[in-house]
Amino acid sequence: MSLVPRHTVLSGLEPLVITPELNFINVGERTNVTGSAQFRKMIKEGRFEDAVEVARQQVENGAQILDVNMDEGLIDSEAAMVRFLNLIASEPDIARIPVMIDSSKWAVIEAGLKCLQGKGVVNSISLKEGEEQFLEQARKVMRHGAAAVVMAFDEQGQADTCARKVEICTRAYRILTGQLDFPPEDIIFDPNIFAIATGIEEHNNYAVDFIEATRIIRQTLPHCHVSGGVSNVSFSFRGNEPVRAAIHAVFLYHAIRAGMDMGIVNAGALPIVDDLEPELRERVEDIVLNRRADATERLLEFAASYKKGKAEAGADNARDEWRNLPVARRLAHSLVHGIDAFAEVDAEEARLQSTRPLDVIEGPLMDGMNIVGDLFGAGKMFLPQVVKSARVMKKAVAWLLPFIEAEKLRTGDVGKSNGKIVMATVKGDVHDIGKNIVGVVLRCNNFDVIDLGVMVPAQKILDTARAENADMIGLSGLITPSLEEMAHVAREMQRQDFHLPLLIGGATTSRAHTALKIDPHYKAPTVWVKDASRAVGVAQSLITRELVDAFMDKIRAEYADIRERHKDRGNGKRLVSFEKARAQRFDGDWTNYRPPAPRQPGISVFEDFPLDEIVPFIDWSPFFNAWELAGRYPAILDDDVVGAQASELFNDAQAMLDRIIKEKWLKASGVIGLWRANSEDEDIEVLNADGSVLARLHCLRQQADKPVERPDFCLADFIAPKDSGVEDWIGAFAVTAGIGIDAHIERFQNDYDDYSAILLKALADRLAEAFAECLHQRVRREHWGYASDESLDNEALIAEKYRGIRPAPGYPACPDHTEKATLFRILDATAKAGIAITENFAMVPTAAVSGWYFSHPKSQYFVVGKISREQVLDYAGRKGWSLLEAERWLAPNLDYDPE
Amino acid sequence: MSRQLPWLHGERVQALEQALGKRILVIDGAMGTMIQSHHLEEGDYRGQRFAEGFDSSHAHGTGCGHDLKGNNDLLLLTRPDIIANVHNAYLEAGADLVETNTFNATSISQADYHLQHIVYELNREGARIARACCDAFSAKTPDQPRFVIGVLGPTSRTASISPDVNDPGFRNTSFDELRVAYGEAVEGLIDGGADTIMVETIFDTLNAKAALYAIEEVFERRGGRLPIMISGTITDRSGRTLSGQTAEAFHASLAHSRPLSFGFNCALGASDMREHVETLARVSHSHVSAHPNAGLPNAFGEYDETPEEMAATLREFATSGLLNLVGGCCGTTPAHIKAIAEAIRGVPPRALPACAQEQAA
Repeated sequence: MSLVPRHTVLSGLEPLVITPELNFINVGERTNVTGSAQFRKMIKEGRFEDAVEVARQQVENGAQILDVNMDEGLIDSEAAMVRFLNLIASEPDIARIPVMIDSSKWAVIEAGLKCLQGKGVVNSISLKEGEEQFLEQARKVMRHGAAAVVMAFDEQGQADTCARKVEICTRAYRILTGQLDFPPEDIIFDPNIFAIATGIEEHNNYAVDFIEATRIIRQTLPHCHVSGGVSNVSFSFRGNEPVRAAIHAVFLYHAIRAGMDMGIVNAGALPIVDDLEPELRERVEDIVLNRRADATERLLEFAASYKKGKAEAGADNARDEWRNLPVARRLAHSLVHGIDAFAEVDAEEARLQSTRPLDVIEGPLMDGMNIVGDLFGAGKMFLPQVVKSARVMKKAVAWLLPFIEAEKLRTGDVGKSNGKIVMATVKGDVHDIGKNIVGVVLRCNNFDVIDLGVMVPAQKILDTARAENADMIGLSGLITPSLEEMAHVAREMQRQDFHLPLLIGGATTSRAHTALKIDPHYKAPTVWVKDASRAVGVAQSLITRELVDAFMDKIRAEYADIRERHKDRGNGKRLVSFEKARAQRFDGDWTNYRPPAPRQPGISVFEDFPLDEIVPFIDWSPFFNAWELAGRYPAILDDDVVGAQASELFNDAQAMLDRIIKEKWLKASGVIGLWRANSEDEDIEVLNADGSVLARLHCLRQQADKPVERPDFCLADFIAPKDSGVEDWIGAFAVTAGIGIDAHIERFQNDYDDYSAILLKALADRLAEAFAECLHQRVRREHWGYASDESLDNEALIAEKYRGIRPAPGYPACPDHTEKATLFRILDATAKAGIAITENFAMVPTAAVSGWYFSHPKSQYFVVGKISREQVLDYAGRKGWSLLEAERWLAPNLDYDPE
Repeated sequence: MSRQLPWLHGERVQALEQALGKRILVIDGAMGTMIQSHHLEEGDYRGQRFAEGFDSSHAHGTGCGHDLKGNNDLLLLTRPDIIANVHNAYLEAGADLVETNTFNATSISQADYHLQHIVYELNREGARIARACCDAFSAKTPDQPRFVIGVLGPTSRTASISPDVNDPGFRNTSFDELRVAYGEAVEGLIDGGADTIMVETIFDTLNAKAALYAIEEVFERRGGRLPIMISGTITDRSGRTLSGQTAEAFHASLAHSRPLSFGFNCALGASDMREHVETLARVSHSHVSAHPNAGLPNAFGEYDETPEEMAATLREFATSGLLNLVGGCCGTTPAHIKAIAEAIRGVPPRALPACAQEQAA
């Protein structure tokens, strides 16, 4: 059995799933009376409201877990812990994250645990008082459903060397997982961070001991975590904050690489390792990594000068030096360092140097954010710093927006929104910088952006899109589980019948993933957007009617190509065996469902059907599409781009339609038949009134690899099986509205009037389709009569809102054209409706439609798609064909290369 | 942990796990809805023993009397026939598991009727009556064994929400008060013969944590355990519990009890519950259950989703591979349960995800 990844899951009101992608978990340290004099004062003075604000700031600044410590001699720690936890439980923006209950007194920890509805962390338990107490406390931690920090502390004392740290942690791990079945992912080791560079030689290796112990612990004790209180390490440099911060940064950089994945740290205040002055970095690394005997002296010496010279004058210089850089680099510096003081000044300067204000965003600001993204990815920046960077970005953008608006006014590009997009970082993910940038860029390009923020559940995205009548949806995410969530959103969009384009973006998304895992779940356009710079182009293409088809053709071809290549690698979606597909047939519920009997069985003929009764049934959208004017009727008439063209065409069509009817240019005729029928696997037996067999129809079955709940359809499934004993019926029709067209076409052609000729053909086609729609309704209401009270308007008819289907031979549900011969024979369509079929089963006049009627309430259109050789052989047998013949007629559907 | 304790009724656990391996099991529907249909009056609730509005078999004086109408759990003692009939109707409809009529049988909830002292008895009788009904049906349909779910309700108080708008730090109950109250109920349920203990209609996760803690303590005292079932309540379309947690956070907070099943019930109809059940189906290593209401209440507070509508929606849950157990909550009747049982027949249960749990230790 393979191990599934087991992640630690903590919770407040929301879950915190500790995946490797999170890199490092910041534990907020300011709500700790031992660490913060300010907080201690608040608690002592009973100013709990202020204390709650400290917690809120911690969360706002990016703390992912909130450490709460009330250990102070003059405070009733237990009462203070309970009071504080109960108060923050009522603040949803604080209670969102898990709590770490930090105390050296077990009673305080237990009191705290009794206040947490979420899964928190106990800080800490250890072997200090022996195994018995350790077990007892660990058992209670488990029973309360918490994780635990386990200190490297045993009966002998606190571990200082690497060997002792590893030894104690290993022992604790064995006891917890062996004797208690404690979940190993809920163990967070704290192998003790001690002060270095204290002048005592034995202390010099403490940081290395911690780092090396961390490496071994993470390698040898599966699923556990390593944490620590970072500020201890620099204790000997108290008062020299720049040097302390440098030590923290260097220490963390190395410890995280060794596997430390959690820490109590004021991450927002940390400098970036790469930014440290090289000499400072070198000397700090010397002490942290214990690289030379005189490391402490060298740093002390340097620190003194740093503190005095640099920190006051020099550091001010260094701090200000970057102000002399070119403006683009200054903006980048502000972003990387989260300095918002100059965001507006620099944005303004950059704007004055640019042709368009938007260039500042698309240029230097986005370049800066890319650097932030890279540093974060490399573990050299932490979440709180990234949050600060985003703030700088927002400030700069806010400054620029009025100018961008003004620019729009000046260029006359006003008001009219390009389209509306609903954007969200998907559920389970909090990364939104990329998404925010995309939002900004889209807004700058006249899109209405509704940004739902982060951790947004699928349903909320979809509900908003519906409520806001959005034109598209954009999903973003950075961590890998977001990929699955995006696929989930796509599946939900399909399930809930969405047709909006879906945009996919974010660092871990890819064209291949979108093509393989998202696009197949959703029928409407699904497009991967590489980065913000592409977002506008993609959105524009999707929203512009003239562009969308070509654009999507290109995208779909790309995706199909990726899928094809992927298939060649052996991972493609395969067909299931014919036998399996058959076993997964659509179930018509024949034990309960009784098919309706027609009121007028047999053949009915409609000779010279009144055209003016057909006209209201015309679906005009395909008419415009035939003229390569893309859009839906009637909106197309007001379309910005093609509206004028479309209206003119429509007027011409109306005029001609009047003449067609008045002057009887065209004659419409049709025939329908309704017979008893039963199915046998993929065949349908059509019966005469006396029960003798009139015809046997042959259908094809899907062989797609589908989940059990989605059947592999065959049209025969919609007819009651013979062995069910249930009486069922099938219908057929053939109609034309093209009788007499040739003379008029000839007339126009002789007149060099191609426009009118094409117009007439297009109208005849529409009339034939409308005739089929009109007759189908009449069949449902009268001849078959199973929907006698149906009252649908044309729009609903076009949307196929009625019960039953009328698939046509040669179309996706029954792709074999040759079945049309049977259809024509049993209807006697040539004699009764004046429609002939060619040797290749094309109908003449071309303005004709024929097909089958199915009445089952769950009958639906589907695409047979690819079929296996097995099924082709079976089909050939049923049709009385050779395999070769079958392969010829079914060529487009073969899933294999015929021999 | 009690996980290392043996089962109290090993053979019944084995039968339950076997059934879960084969098919989606059906939990019964609403008890309250069925009781309402009897239009019971104060006298029905009181019976003989509580004729004066207090417990005559207990040393009580005047002044202890209290109206008892609406104390549905008390019917276990005063009208056991009605309760047994409801169980039988659901078993007849095809339920594999029935829930004891002990939703309010905790000292905290019974305090409203001044009947804290009969809590153990209520739970024992609740389990005993359900046990008898299940045993009778199991004998009739040996290939479909029936099981008793011992129900622990949410109580009328919340441990992590302040009832006082002016003091968000205030609480009208505590973890320990809840723990003691739940412990007493669990003892009764076990003695009455429950097959599992279900902490249900959880709207405050901290209450549930207290219940689970109490269950563990009882198991430890008895040296044996029963399978635990957990069912939370997503209050409304915000997608959160009353105490503010998302479905996934709710799961993370209670997963330490390693329950037999995790699910949701009440507050929502099936379709609104889907998203959250799907979340559990994704994250949980336990079996997944759903027993939604028969839709959302209408203007009259009645539930009007028909058996067919509800069954169709739940069938889709099942065919999407989300379910191991399914049933109904408020507004559902034996007709609903019958329709649901039929709708899910033959649909394979959700497969449990491969669990790394066993590997690490």
